Amino acid sequence: MAKHILSVLVENKFGVLARISGLIAGRGFNIDSLAVGETEDPTASRMTIVVDGDDKTVEQVKKQLNRLIDVITVQDLTREEHLDRELIMCKVTVTPKTRPELVEIAQTLKAEVADVGVKTLTILLVGDQAKVKTLLELVKPYGIKEIVRTGRIALSRDGAGG
Amino acid sequence: MKMKGAQILVECLKREGVEVLFGYPGGANLPIYDALYDAPLKHILVRHEQGAAHMADGFARATGKVGVCLATSGPGATNLVTGIATAFMDSVPIVAITGQVRSYLIGNDAFQEADVCGITRPITKHNFLVKNVNDLARTIREAFYIAGTGKPGPVLVDIPVDISQAEIEFEWPEKIEIRGYKPQRFMEGHKGQIDKAAKLIVESKRTVVYVGGGAIMSQAAQEVRELVDLIGVPVTTTCMALGIYPEDKPLSLRMLGMHGAASTNYAVQYCDLLVNIGARFDDRVTGKVETFSPKSKKIHIDIDPASIGKSVAVDVPIVGDVKKVLRELIKEIKALHKKPDYSEWWDQIHEWQKKHPLSYSMNGEKLKPQYVLEVLSDLTKGECLMTTDVGQHQMWACQFYRWTRPRTYITSGGLGTMGYGLPAAIGAQFGRPDELVICLSGDGSFVMNIQELATAVDHKLPIKSIIINNFYLGMVRQWQEMFYKKRFSYSAIRPPDFAKVAQGFGARGATITKAEQVRPTLEKILNDKECWVVDCICDEEEKVFPIIPPGKAIDEMILDMA
Repeated sequence: MAKHILSVLVENKFGVLARISGLIAGRGFNIDSLAVGETEDPTASRMTIVVDGDDKTVEQVKKQLNRLIDVITVQDLTREEHLDRELIMCKVTVTPKTRPELVEIAQTLKAEVADVGVKTLTILLVGDQAKVKTLLELVKPYGIKEIVRTGRIALSRDGAGG
Repeated sequence: MKMKGAQILVECLKREGVEVLFGYPGGANLPIYDALYDAPLKHILVRHEQGAAHMADGFARATGKVGVCLATSGPGATNLVTGIATAFMDSVPIVAITGQVRSYLIGNDAFQEADVCGITRPITKHNFLVKNVNDLARTIREAFYIAGTGKPGPVLVDIPVDISQAEIEFEWPEKIEIRGYKPQRFMEGHKGQIDKAAKLIVESKRTVVYVGGGAIMSQAAQEVRELVDLIGVPVTTTCMALGIYPEDKPLSLRMLGMHGAASTNYAVQYCDLLVNIGARFDDRVTGKVETFSPKSKKIHIDIDPASIGKSVAVDVPIVGDVKKVLRELIKEIKALHKKPDYSEWWDQIHEWQKKHPLSYSMNGEKLKPQYVLEVLSDLTKGECLMTTDVGQHQMWACQFYRWTRPRTYITSGGLGTMGYGLPAAIGAQFGRPDELVICLSGDGSFVMNIQELATAVDHKLPIKSIIINNFYLGMVRQWQEMFYKKRFSYSAIRPPDFAKVAQGFGARGATITKAEQVRPTLEKILNDKECWVVDCICDEEEKVFPIIPPGKAIDEMILDMA
């Protein structure tokens, strides 16, 4: 089983998200995350869907997505050079003693300390999956209170050949 | 010229070439019905909206055109759902038009409100909620275009009352462009793949051609026949493609699958090349998929990329329109100047056929359903247009009627919808008024949409309904007998006196209980111009054989109970 990142360009119309999520649920596919937003063309949205499954399953997901009238293109970014990032906000328990340590972790990972409270500290990080994983491992011993993640978004890279 | 939304709809239907629509009025589509009042369109008033959807479907299957049905919001629209799902599973082009509550009331739980687009999303090829009257004409055009092209399917258009009433300047969109839908991309098969397929075909010695409903949709009967006759190859069809190759010819192995002839399933299981033309390796055909035709190379021609490789891995996938691909394939095969030698393969198949013919025995007093089908086949020379319901009678019709023409066996193959037969027969008769239309049904199925007898009688349709009546939900009973230790849980069903019910609706009715009554009764009614219901009281213990038990390989059929 491998994770595939699908970049799906869709019509920016009401009901499109429901069509996509309905298809995924109805056909029993497993998805890790789905992120969606408007593109440079306001009539289209781009969805980044991370699918968990073998090649055959992912092939079916792609083909079924392509059957939807509101889907314009489906691109499997896993097969090409791509950039991918996720934004995560992580609220961690702090004491006066551990606060400097957490601030240091944030600085080392080029993350932002987005909020400081008496009992908690919130770190905001934008990064690839390795970086997100590192952050979570480092802060886990301090006690994670709450996490929120956007899911991955991805874009193909312009290779050397352009 | 300024027109109301409802008039725009009617004008669009006219321009799309619609001649007949099947529907039922109600609050939310009253403006549409008002526009229909003096429109040059034939509207057929059904007795239940499910009937309207099945009629549109039967019309579409019989003619190859897009069928149209119409219902009001809420319960009217939800009553269409089974019919839409039926069309979806069998890729039938229909456009369903539903009224919706006023657009500003949507989401307010208004009277007769249902989220019909939400409900039908997974059972339509696409659906639309029209929120602006300026979008209406283009939406209708797109609906017909999407329904009828590519892999066809149902499209629903939901129109709120205020949109039907709004007045604008009518403009017919000459061209439509849907950037996410380019069916023409999938029309021509890949040349290299077709070459590969042609080489495989001429080099293989134990080939079977397996044809499905896609070949019917693509109007490819002529091409299928040409290919099969060119190389003299054994050809089998799913129940969706019966008649695409005449079953009275020696190359025909007739239907395969769960209730196909044993010899046919053996041929599919032990072939070295399986050529799938517009079928989808459905579970009723493959049995246990891991053991399906293990030694064969597989060629799969289908217009839908998603149906290729979905359940069975194939060696030569060809995405394209069956008719176009077959034309190229035939050209390629001819260019190779090599005819495959199937003589040993045919010897083997003939041996299987001799050993395991489709049969039944006329033991006892009771009437055998297979006999009714045989007589019917004989009297109509395999040339009637038959619709069916679902269950034993549906399978006996596949087995014991000799199918000779495409688009003449009209059945709910994918969804398996009981209650489909009678309304589908009505739709088919409107589409092909000169055909002899027979609705073959069971005592369970027929009552599910029996109300449409009133519609048939209203329009003086000479439809002949023939009911295989065994006082049971026969297929359920058969499975309970074979796989559930004869625990006949709620499968016995007391049918009404169908002949009397028919008379109550204004049709003619007859009851048959003995074999010797079959021929004279059928002879009489088939030549009559009236709408008939013939109740054939049959042996309740009769079963459909062979049967591939659930989860078994296709060569593990049960041939009979002996």
